[in-house]
Amino acid sequence: MKTKTQTKVREPLPFFGVGRLLPYLAPYRSALLTILSLGAVASLFDTVLPLLQQYALNHFVEKKTLDTLAPFILAYLGVILCAGLVNYISTTVATAVEMRFGRDLRRLAFDRLQTLSLSFYNQNSVGYLHARTMSDTSRIGTLVSWSLLDLVWHSTYLIGAAVIMLILNARLALIVLSVVPVLSLLLAFFQKRLTAAERDIRELKSEITADFNEGITGAKTIKSLAVEDKMCRSFYADTAQMHKKSTRAAAMRGAFSAAMQFASSVAIALVLWHGGVLAAHEVGTFSAFMAYAQGMTEPVRWLVGAISALISTQVNIERLTDLLHTEPDAADTPEVIEKYGDNLAPKTENWEPLRGDIAFCDVTFRYPDGEENVLEHFSLQIPQGSHIAVVGETGAGKSTLASLICRFFEPTSGKILIDGKDARTRSQLWLRKNIGCVLQTPHLFSGSIRDNLRMGKADATEEEIRAALCAARADGVVDRLPDGPDTDVGEGGDLLSTGEKQLICFARALLSDPKILILDEATASVDTLTEQKMQSAMTEICKGRTTLTIAHRLSTVQDADEILVVRDGKIVERGRHTDLMRAGGYYSALYKKQFEYESAAKILKGN
Amino acid sequence: MDTKIHSENGASAAARRKTRRRLFARFLQRAKRWFLLAVLAAGASALCDMLIPQIVRITLDNCLSNAEVPSPAVTSVADALGGFAYIAKHLYIPALLICILAGVQMLSHFLFTVGEAHGAETLVKNMRDALYEKMLALPYAWHQKHRTGDMISRCTSDIETAKNFISEQLTNIFRTLLLLVFSAVFMFSMHAPLSWIALAPMPILVFVSLLFHGVIERGVTACDENEGILSALAQENLTGVRVVRAFGQEKNEIDRFAAQNHLYTELWVKMGKWISAYWCGTDVLSGIQVLLVLVFGSIFCIRGGLSSGEFIAFLSYNAMLVWPVRELGRMLSEMSKAGVSLDRIFYIMEAEAERDETDACTPPLDRDIVFDHVSFAYTENKPILSDINLTVKAGSTLGILGATGSGKSTLTLLLDKLYDLPRECGSIHIGGVDIRDIKTSYLRKNIGLVLQEPFLFSRTLRENIAIADDGVGEAQIEAAVKAAALDGAVANFANGYDTVVGERGVTLSGGQKQRTAIARTLTTKKPILIFDDSLSAVDAETEEKIRAAISARFGKATVILISHRIATLCAADNIIVLKDGKITEAGTHEDLKCAGGLYQKIYHAQNRKEDTANEDENAD
Repeated sequence: MKTKTQTKVREPLPFFGVGRLLPYLAPYRSALLTILSLGAVASLFDTVLPLLQQYALNHFVEKKTLDTLAPFILAYLGVILCAGLVNYISTTVATAVEMRFGRDLRRLAFDRLQTLSLSFYNQNSVGYLHARTMSDTSRIGTLVSWSLLDLVWHSTYLIGAAVIMLILNARLALIVLSVVPVLSLLLAFFQKRLTAAERDIRELKSEITADFNEGITGAKTIKSLAVEDKMCRSFYADTAQMHKKSTRAAAMRGAFSAAMQFASSVAIALVLWHGGVLAAHEVGTFSAFMAYAQGMTEPVRWLVGAISALISTQVNIERLTDLLHTEPDAADTPEVIEKYGDNLAPKTENWEPLRGDIAFCDVTFRYPDGEENVLEHFSLQIPQGSHIAVVGETGAGKSTLASLICRFFEPTSGKILIDGKDARTRSQLWLRKNIGCVLQTPHLFSGSIRDNLRMGKADATEEEIRAALCAARADGVVDRLPDGPDTDVGEGGDLLSTGEKQLICFARALLSDPKILILDEATASVDTLTEQKMQSAMTEICKGRTTLTIAHRLSTVQDADEILVVRDGKIVERGRHTDLMRAGGYYSALYKKQFEYESAAKILKGN
Repeated sequence: MDTKIHSENGASAAARRKTRRRLFARFLQRAKRWFLLAVLAAGASALCDMLIPQIVRITLDNCLSNAEVPSPAVTSVADALGGFAYIAKHLYIPALLICILAGVQMLSHFLFTVGEAHGAETLVKNMRDALYEKMLALPYAWHQKHRTGDMISRCTSDIETAKNFISEQLTNIFRTLLLLVFSAVFMFSMHAPLSWIALAPMPILVFVSLLFHGVIERGVTACDENEGILSALAQENLTGVRVVRAFGQEKNEIDRFAAQNHLYTELWVKMGKWISAYWCGTDVLSGIQVLLVLVFGSIFCIRGGLSSGEFIAFLSYNAMLVWPVRELGRMLSEMSKAGVSLDRIFYIMEAEAERDETDACTPPLDRDIVFDHVSFAYTENKPILSDINLTVKAGSTLGILGATGSGKSTLTLLLDKLYDLPRECGSIHIGGVDIRDIKTSYLRKNIGLVLQEPFLFSRTLRENIAIADDGVGEAQIEAAVKAAALDGAVANFANGYDTVVGERGVTLSGGQKQRTAIARTLTTKKPILIFDDSLSAVDAETEEKIRAAISARFGKATVILISHRIATLCAADNIIVLKDGKITEAGTHEDLKCAGGLYQKIYHAQNRKEDTANEDENAD
């Protein structure tokens, strides 16, 4: 799904946006300094090794003596052991910074998402938000630690090698170093194209995945239409495109690394040409030059890689910091927070009991991203204990009232009274803790059934849990499970069937004995058996509670005290069932259609 | 689970090996020549790698000093270039030679990459195409038995693993071995004892890296699992945001996420230590190996038998070897992964596809359809249809009424050959021809099957409607859309017929989807039409319009209508009521409405409804 935020054109930020991360990096200042300094030291050790080789050749081989062999071996061992140790420390610290900084960002993003209003969720797809929380944070963590280490390590190596070569033989050094700028330009040229090509390939890959998905989930339709050939042909076109793009990218990569190798060979040729005479009396110096010349290409490659990582991660930094700076728009006022606490630290001792009177007073509402009012000067009294139903076809916008009552959204104008007081004068959490919600798609969280139920009431006793399960007719489900209420429900509750999940959700909503009950198409996605169970429980459960039922099945809400009929996001009819039937409008037409189906289904099943 | 299904496949090991060989041959089509190119180019590239240090050595040993007696071949080449002394004065000559060799090396390296990429990509394309084709060729029953997510991951990530193995590991292993062999040859030709010293630590290096990778692999798996849990927590929270808010669970969610976030992070930090230890440890080991070569090389130089030029060449070869050898451990440890992925891919490839009889025919289908003693069960002992005998006259309409699970959909799926009717379970004939003998694609092309929850493709509305026939023109599409009463909806879309629908496009309502599916069926004339509850989301008025349009367009098509709505069924020439896989009532609307069965009850219930509404009205 595409969202607006993704298509926004981006301005380049100074320092690739790294500056935006500085506030979050404060705790890692010393660790980053360690990476910087140790990286430089480790790289210096590496620069020194060819010098030791030079010594061996100049001293032992040329002078034909082994007098200093023992100290040489010790020095060499010393250098590689020290280098190993320093490298070990710097890379361990780099991993720790990568992971822990990523963890901090992830936590911040997640925490922020918990406070952002539902309108924000309506504007951004779950996939988009998930990618910000998970992959952006990881990428940024990697960038901050490893790109830094790469930059330090390889630039130190380059500088160190340059200095040593200049000391050994300035003229030869300059000749060898002349390769570096050519190499850098070459790399930058390729890198840019490679990044673009890789992006294309990623997109094609998701295209192919989508193709497979379609081919598998749509198998029945493809077969019944006998369009296998056509589907295959269009799939072949996609894979052919993939083949073309991938091989082109590979050719580019090949040219790239071939050029790298060529450059390093040219450096060797230059050393031989201009430095060959050295070999006669100083074979060691000659070989040191060879080693540096050969060793030059890798660091240049890494440096270019680190810079291109910086460039490509800029988008991630920007998106993530944007998210972290988004302000929630339906938060409680400071006075309310002062008295009742916020969502994370509620002051439950100040909470008043809730009776359950709801009133919409002259409410006008438009969704933050919407273009027209869905409610205009709407008033409705829902006295304590009464039953209101909202009906209409799927997608007609029936959930608006429920969202307003739960304060997922605030009215554009007018107000909603809870027990006679403006809802905004008390905290969101207070209200929500007093509302029991059952939504269309049953959603459980990984963990045991007990954990899930306790979302409704954290300190529920065993008896209360049992009572809620019984009331929701979910006791049968739990009893069938191997570990009863301690059974793990799996990711998103997927180890249970949809019907079982919905019954558990029902019980969860009842556990806190809420004064207000909202059933938002609670039976829409369950099987007939579950639906019957829920229906049979309903009358009993609704007794004494203010109930708002949202349904597209009209037979379930005939007894409601008032029925609001929604069409295309607007309330078109309202009244009791018999009144609406008599009016012979939209409601009665809907009812007629559904009744036919249901009566038949009932008779066919019943016998 | 896999192994179980494997054994169910029942193929003997030998037969399976044979099919696998055949499949491999198919996958390798047009890829082999590229791989051959890659192999040759890799050889050439490695040879150049080897020759460059030799030029340096000869220049040092023979031109700039007289450390060694040159071989006759070297002398003759040198003489051709002006003799050793001349070269010593004009060092650009060997430098140029190096550049030429480097050029050849560059070219061959480039060719290697291109060959390898073309080979691997062709192979992957072959695999993907074969898998996709297979997916569509597998019987519907097979699809029913397998989980979508698992199949998709076999088609995507397993292919990816297999590809990475072929394009990265396999070629790298090959190149490393080539490099090892070549440099061993050159090193031994210069100085055997020093070569032994240089090569002896290599197995240790490979062994150590294998050892580490065992540990690291396990650790990384644990990290991946924990990352999966963390990612699932975020996913769960984001999709369940309404529940989180409604129950005021923000704090719990934050705590839960933070705990897992921490666990995952620290696991990686610990892993990071192992990985660092691996790199630094092998760094030190290879450093020691270089030291050994340096020390013994120096000794051999002093004692004679090794010239300084040879020594430098030796050091160059050595530098070339250390890195790839260290990587060898990683590659070997990843080989096992690819094996598992290949198995998972072959599992699909080896499944039995739908197949027509060799002499499958294409008879006219505007004939009587006869179900002759048809019984069917998806799983043993749970019959879904038992002994159905039924004739649908050509050009007539059959109405079917039945509860969910009564077998009414199965009946139509059998007719469309989406399920194969076993020989011993009766037969279905069209115009006297057993449908088992009719070409499957011909049969399906001529039966318009509209499902209750139709599947739309992620394409434009136009492409969706025209999908069954490439030759469909604009006029036909518009007529079909009109017949399906979809024209109003199309006019409301911003992009009209070019609106992308389906999974990645605009979400259509249930009724719109059904009408799109009907339009898709109506583009061309079909002798048989089946509506499997496919007007359920359409209101009565629209349904009437659609039905009128269909009979106007198709005249005497044979129609099978499944519905719960008596008003829909009553016009049918013949109506059956299915219950538990048996026909319990059959006849016309007039017959059944007073037959005292389920049909009559439903008829009364659905008509009484209006009476009740009227009664209510009167009562008030």
